[in-house]
Amino acid sequence: MTHSTFDGYRPPEPPRGRRRRRRDGDRSPARRRDLGALGTGDGGREMPMVEDVEFSSYYGRPVVKAPPWGAPIGLYLFVGGVAGASALLGAGAALTDRPALRRNARLTALAAVAVGTPALIEDLGRPERFLHMLRVLKPTSPMSLGTWILSGFASGAGVAAAAEIDRLLGERLPLGPLRPVLRCAEGPAAAVSTVLGAPLAAYTAVLLGDTAVPTWQGARQGLPFVFVSSAALAASGIAMITTPVAQAGPARVLAVLGVAGDVLAMHRTTESMHPLEAEPLETGSAGRKLRWAERLAVAGGVATLLGGRNRWIAAAGGAALATASALTRFGVLEAGIESVKDPRRVMIPQRERLEKRRAEGTTDDSITTGPGS
Amino acid sequence: MGPLSEHEDPGAGSGWGHSHERKGFFTDTSICIGCKACEVACKEWNRNPQDGDLEILGSSYDNTGSLGANTWRHVAFIEQDQERIEQARESGRRLVGLGMPGIGPKPGAEAPSGAGGCGSGCGAGAPTGTDGEPGTGDRTPPDTPEFRWLMSSDVCKHCTRAGCLDVCPTGALMRTEFGTVVVQSDICNGCGTCVGGCPFGVIERRDDGTISAKGDRGRVEQDVPHHGTANKCTLCYDRLVDGQTPACAQTCPTTSIRFGDRADMVDEAESRVRQLHDRGMTEARLYGANGNDGVGGTGSVFLLLDEPEVYGLPPDPQVPTAQLPAMFRTAGIAAAGMIAATALAFLGGRR
Repeated sequence: MTHSTFDGYRPPEPPRGRRRRRRDGDRSPARRRDLGALGTGDGGREMPMVEDVEFSSYYGRPVVKAPPWGAPIGLYLFVGGVAGASALLGAGAALTDRPALRRNARLTALAAVAVGTPALIEDLGRPERFLHMLRVLKPTSPMSLGTWILSGFASGAGVAAAAEIDRLLGERLPLGPLRPVLRCAEGPAAAVSTVLGAPLAAYTAVLLGDTAVPTWQGARQGLPFVFVSSAALAASGIAMITTPVAQAGPARVLAVLGVAGDVLAMHRTTESMHPLEAEPLETGSAGRKLRWAERLAVAGGVATLLGGRNRWIAAAGGAALATASALTRFGVLEAGIESVKDPRRVMIPQRERLEKRRAEGTTDDSITTGPGS
Repeated sequence: MGPLSEHEDPGAGSGWGHSHERKGFFTDTSICIGCKACEVACKEWNRNPQDGDLEILGSSYDNTGSLGANTWRHVAFIEQDQERIEQARESGRRLVGLGMPGIGPKPGAEAPSGAGGCGSGCGAGAPTGTDGEPGTGDRTPPDTPEFRWLMSSDVCKHCTRAGCLDVCPTGALMRTEFGTVVVQSDICNGCGTCVGGCPFGVIERRDDGTISAKGDRGRVEQDVPHHGTANKCTLCYDRLVDGQTPACAQTCPTTSIRFGDRADMVDEAESRVRQLHDRGMTEARLYGANGNDGVGGTGSVFLLLDEPEVYGLPPDPQVPTAQLPAMFRTAGIAAAGMIAATALAFLGGRR
């Protein structure tokens, strides 16, 4: 309906939705109608606003902020898991006399931390201050604990892998009198990296869960299981690529266990979450990554089960598993960063848990309070 | 439980040898006029760089957007109609008697004696314009206006249990002797963990050094101090150590932003909300005054006139680290499972 000649210049009305949706992080259509109706005060221009009561936000703007973590952190989540699980594989191989698997697993662990640590440093706002991470050891900070775990792990893995490289090259590293020292240190160093391997693979889940980011926070009970499973299947996959099938038997078993754990844990995690918190894991680019991660993990697991004794099938399955793990990590990271963009994911679960506590009779723990009497 | 459960006076619990009173803000949004003097004073005193590209955001008179690395005070503007005001009044009425047991007079006790404590600002925002005698018990709602503006100056909450402080891996974030939370910008290495740790979305890493001036004047380099580090309100730490008032509170022309000992701020807030309720403005409520809430109470207490969501504040924020022991337990079980699976693989693989 046109009231004046200038009304034709007005942009078309946005479609009426039941619920306010953001448009490019800008004000919502519903809000715009409010303003229009109220601003003119004639009451005749726009429609009623009853539909808006179910949820209100401040112009659809985010409530919490996601950490400024980009692709280097996703890469680190992946290779950190690979490193931790590879150290465990290496330890098992050393104990059961599988020299090729032991060597390859230890070299993989070193390569993984050699990629992951620079990635972590690169993502800092002030990379030149990375050593400030080691100023304190702080149990309330998963990042602090993780840095110490990574430092200890990398030291152990470095020494163990150096010994492997020396052996591989036929003792041609210019070590001189240090060679016996390296031989002596090899065992304890490998033990350090073995002990810290599982914590290295698991702590990143706590790092993500210990935030106000709705999707990560909602996933905090299941995410450690997803991450250790993903680490196990990735390290096993890489071992299946690098190691002859005769010695890769345990890697194949671990790969299948990892796939089962990963698929199960991911489903259970998503189911236990508030639908709004789980949504970013299932939709958009992150959802696509996670769907592919599941497909590749299952495919890799099936290939391992059926054709793991064929070198080529084992290598192909291993590559699928490693890719699946990388996709899982990038998908989870991306889903969290996506989840803060819509304030509903923060507001509605919080409002619901608040109302639930009130309904159960707990009324003294709300941040919003009326007068005391 | 150590650093995970700090009590009401976090400054004293943080190892400061001498004791200062915990300082805080009381932001009474019922008398805020939205002049943004606090934003300007904050920017000037703290030399915070320009935020964004000087766009018109299309959200009433708010073109600042949100709190962030370069914006430590943010004035929100909300426009509401009669229906929404009535809903706010109703939701505020339901809060009466809920929460804060033991704080303020008990039910049936003499009504507020501290009404005089709120200074000349009292009543400036009352739509009735009457100087209704507080405590008469007459809670008949005043005539509901057809329209209102809500204006609220948001700021870092300086939580009793601060998520950013807990998760900081370098020790750059610290608890001051005034019970506030401050980033030491020469220590912070910009890891960004605190950004996700804040349940209010306050702290942020200061990144880009270039801005584009309005229109097509191209990119402009500006001086960005402490780039790449996390930044947020310091409650003007540098002024506090000299016994001064934070810039925003000192400049606020309506005393909407008040600064003082945190306990006094909570008392003032309590008497003010009681006074407004006695006038029938039951939409008034406090935000952050409850020490039992998910962040242990905030150093910056607010008086709001609608649900916190309306102002972009979370309705039930909880410090993420409260769940940390449970998360470590879960991660420990997962790690043990991983070791067990590996052991199983090697035992089963031995053929």
